[in-house]
Amino acid sequence: MPPSEAGTAIARRRRLELSAGLVLLAALALLGLPIHDVYTQNLLIIALLYAGLAQGWNILGGYCGQVSLGHALYFGIGAYVSTLLFVRLGVPPGLGMFAAGGVAGAAALLVGWPAFRLSGHYYAIATLVVGEIGYLLFLNWDLLGGASGITIPFKAESLIDLQFRTSKLPFFYLTLAYAALAWTLAWLLEGSRLGFVWRAVRDDMVAARSLGVEILPSKLAAAAISGGLTGMGGAIYAQYVGYIDPDSVMTIEISILIALPAVIGGVGTLWGPLLGAAVQVPISELTRSYLGGSGSGVDLMIYGGLIMLVALARPEGLFGLIAGKRRIDAGFS
Amino acid sequence: MTPALVMQVALGGLLMGLIYALVAAGLSLIFGLMDVVNFAHGELLMLAMYATFFIHRGFGLDPIVQLPIIALLLFGMGVVIYHGLIARALSVRFNRGMVQIFSTFGLAIFLRGAAQFAFGGDFRAINHSWLAGRTLRLATLSLPLPQLAAGLVCLLAFAALMAISRTEFGRALEATREDREAVALIGIDRDRIFALGWGLGCATVGCAGAMLAGFYYVSPDVGANFALIAYVTVALGGFGSLLGALVAGLIIGEVEALTALFLEPSLKQVGMFAIYLAVLLFRPRGLFGTL
Amino acid sequence: MPDFLEIAALSKSFGGVAANVAISFSVREGEILGLIGPNGAGKTSLFNSISGEITPDAGEIRLAGEKISGRGPGAAMRAGIARTFQVVRSFESMTVLENVMVGAFLHTRRPRAAAQAARAVIDFAGLADLADAPAATLTPPAKRRLEIARALATRPRLLLLDETLTGLTPTEARAGVELIRAVRARGITVIMVEHVMEILLPLIDRAVVLHLGRVLTIGTPAEVVRDPATIRAYLGERYAPS
Repeated sequence: MPPSEAGTAIARRRRLELSAGLVLLAALALLGLPIHDVYTQNLLIIALLYAGLAQGWNILGGYCGQVSLGHALYFGIGAYVSTLLFVRLGVPPGLGMFAAGGVAGAAALLVGWPAFRLSGHYYAIATLVVGEIGYLLFLNWDLLGGASGITIPFKAESLIDLQFRTSKLPFFYLTLAYAALAWTLAWLLEGSRLGFVWRAVRDDMVAARSLGVEILPSKLAAAAISGGLTGMGGAIYAQYVGYIDPDSVMTIEISILIALPAVIGGVGTLWGPLLGAAVQVPISELTRSYLGGSGSGVDLMIYGGLIMLVALARPEGLFGLIAGKRRIDAGFS
Repeated sequence: MTPALVMQVALGGLLMGLIYALVAAGLSLIFGLMDVVNFAHGELLMLAMYATFFIHRGFGLDPIVQLPIIALLLFGMGVVIYHGLIARALSVRFNRGMVQIFSTFGLAIFLRGAAQFAFGGDFRAINHSWLAGRTLRLATLSLPLPQLAAGLVCLLAFAALMAISRTEFGRALEATREDREAVALIGIDRDRIFALGWGLGCATVGCAGAMLAGFYYVSPDVGANFALIAYVTVALGGFGSLLGALVAGLIIGEVEALTALFLEPSLKQVGMFAIYLAVLLFRPRGLFGTL
Repeated sequence: MPDFLEIAALSKSFGGVAANVAISFSVREGEILGLIGPNGAGKTSLFNSISGEITPDAGEIRLAGEKISGRGPGAAMRAGIARTFQVVRSFESMTVLENVMVGAFLHTRRPRAAAQAARAVIDFAGLADLADAPAATLTPPAKRRLEIARALATRPRLLLLDETLTGLTPTEARAGVELIRAVRARGITVIMVEHVMEILLPLIDRAVVLHLGRVLTIGTPAEVVRDPATIRAYLGERYAPS
């Protein structure tokens, strides 16, 4: 291959990805219009929300390789910040969700600062424990509602307040925008210097350091962006559901659900979280409706089984199943 | 708040701490051996507790009598898990760390769901064992016998673990941990050692579970609580250190009991969490660990 | 004018075992220096001290007059020291080009500039055909070449090669030698740790022989090969000239 063409395969692939993303966005945007069935709308909204959340998780866990098992902390912080700003100070969540993202991102930095000194498993454990600490904190902090949580009163149909009662459609477009934002951010970062540095840190930290990569700052950057995106999702969720409490936004179960689509769909890939969310949300709905409800354990068995399957048989996830063969074979001969 | 009450609570904390120590020991053993954190550790404890409960219900066997059975059962499970799951995870080419984390994490979720599905969410308890409801009176203290027996068994288990570490098997474990590549050269089958190590780690948590079932409620979610405590305990004691697990377990048990007493029961985890954060910030390798 | 790299009375122990004892020597700019010695002689720890991975217990390392010892790998890198590793470390999930780009990012923030710089280095290192190949699919000799290319992308003044030519077939080794000569021709100083004498001795300008943590001999290949102490260290008393 003539030297000047090296790397154009990558550039071409990225252009293709962007086009595909735009087409998908347009298709989904149009898809939303004819659907009036509330059940399906809800399904789509939740799926899009998780697509965005998982993509946010993926930035830290997939691209940078730092597995966080406590991301519900940032989801919850985002939900609480936006809600408290709205309910106590009258700040419209349309703006508040950005503050929510900011605070959540800052929390991620705070956690990452000591935790990133630890290697892989230790870091995962630290995120798990810190997540539980957050849960306990919010559960007992009566000023923030404590165990009873906070109800978001419906004031009026409003765009900036992110309050819509007559139809779920605006929420559909809101979560679509959120998922699109997360995806676009991931696409941009993948091609940026940070994206390269993250993958180097993930693949071999010692080699990365020997090439002059500043390990801690790059991890912190991933954490801040990831936490911020997750927090934003939390704010949107709060407005959609109208009520938050530690049990609905800060538990380990939520942490699992946030990471799951990325794991199933393919960690460290652009499309993995989308694929994963598209698979996970129908599964959880099916088990809820047909297989005995969310307390029956069937959904957990399916999630656990899928995680194990993916981890062992196909670490590249569902996305790897579809695109995997091509990636490895291309360019070898 | 009398001195007698404080002493009572403190003693209870020590006894519970012994259980925490044993659970942590199993976790620490596996980690020290092959650098794998068993995220399903809590769920294995939960399964041991369920097994104890059902065997007791079906055959009337007291938890103490069941110890060898449960230990063997969990030993077998550990070996199966190693060969079926972990061995494959260790041989993955890239992203090995992530694969390891997710394989046991996925197992944990699966087991929890399976328990929910098979046994339902109700709390179970063993109410009619030999020791249930009986206490030992020492001066002003009254020590519940099931907890006392559990503490004793844990101490014995620790002694057994220390003894095992001195046998040839124990030394092989140590050698394999030190240099996984080199041991193959002196004829130690790494795979077999790892499988046995997993078996031992799980048998350890099995013993803890069997004794715990004697006085603690059994439910599909019970494992998660103990797992969290185990992580904190191992972090404090130092990953890979048996002694660390013992000392840290006692500390955590004590801190938890006293926090519940002096603050309030719903906040009993505060002390433990404070310790974890302190370890994280100031001494990541824990008391006896070599990070 | 100070020597390019000065190592002054460097000592390092690990848990009571002395790895390096009072090591002193200098490296001239643009030379290829071989670091040789039997196993356990302290070569790798010396390397690690130079590249900043470990901090010596005593002594100093200066690059062009500026102290670099004990300041960590980042400082060494910024001072212009790059290295390869004994066990090849590549970023398996990335292509050859992307691997080298990670090195190039030391000097630029823009991906396009990094890609351009990386392409140039890849051509220089003879990896042009494999530029878009995933690093995981490379043969071991190609991976070694990739490591060198990646290190070169950081635009070093001093390149440390840790057993880069070990275990290669004669053809592969010859190609490796060519590459190292080309690297030197660009003005980069090279220090090599190597065991394969037949390949190393014709390549290097001078050799530093380490034994049991100390410097045994310094000289040209011809001198070193005839040095009685060196022969004794390597082959034992029987072969030493009386």
